[in-house]
Amino acid sequence: MIAEPQPVYSFKRELLTHIPSMRAFAMSLSGRHDKADDLVQDAVMNAWARQESYQPGTNMKAWLFTIVRNLFYSQMRKRGREIQDSDGYFTERLSVNPDQYGVLDLKDMQVALTKLSDDQREAVILIGASGLSYEEAAEICGCAVGTIKSRVNRARVRLQELLGVDGAESFGPESKDAAITQRAFAT
Amino acid sequence: MNEDSGKGQTKQMGNIKPADTQPSDHISRMLRSMYGSIESEGIPDRFLDLLEKLDAAEKAQAGTTKS
Repeated sequence: MIAEPQPVYSFKRELLTHIPSMRAFAMSLSGRHDKADDLVQDAVMNAWARQESYQPGTNMKAWLFTIVRNLFYSQMRKRGREIQDSDGYFTERLSVNPDQYGVLDLKDMQVALTKLSDDQREAVILIGASGLSYEEAAEICGCAVGTIKSRVNRARVRLQELLGVDGAESFGPESKDAAITQRAFAT
Repeated sequence: MNEDSGKGQTKQMGNIKPADTQPSDHISRMLRSMYGSIESEGIPDRFLDLLEKLDAAEKAQAGTTKS
């Protein structure tokens, strides 16, 4: 008896490889751990149901991110904005896995992101955090490349304002220590 | 000449577009750090289970429609 042949290519396997990025994207968009994983779950089911519309060999990450993004906004419209109500997920994570930036710095970033407009937030996450190209981001957001560029620039300026990063003095993770050092030298 | 303490780190991060070299570098690194901390968690079990179920359901359905 001949076993049923495997599908030509494993949609499931490729989809799995993108889940870590989908989670990071969803988390950055929503600022919430529980909501983000629910969003990714919905996106996975949605992608699964529509897998015929995905052409193997094309950019699956962009295709999946588009699904995550569109679901995020449609759920937000339905449920109202809960985005401000952050659950401190990043704080918990980062205290377990400390990084060159202080826990507070990244918590501040998470909060600052929630203060951006939707357009600017998604643009700066896709370009600044996910490392996608401007072309991919434009495809995901359904707008022109130039629009993405200007949104990213405005988002960066806004984040600098919100986080008080305005020049060399705030540069680097040790800015507080540096300030102390400067005081020590001054006296 | 200005002391630029973050210079070396910025160059190390391979696939980053050299678009910004000023304070927004700090912003970019924070964004990537935040994002990367989630990405590096891998695939939680709930998603492995979910895809197994979707796959099994699809195969079961394919079986019943054929017979």
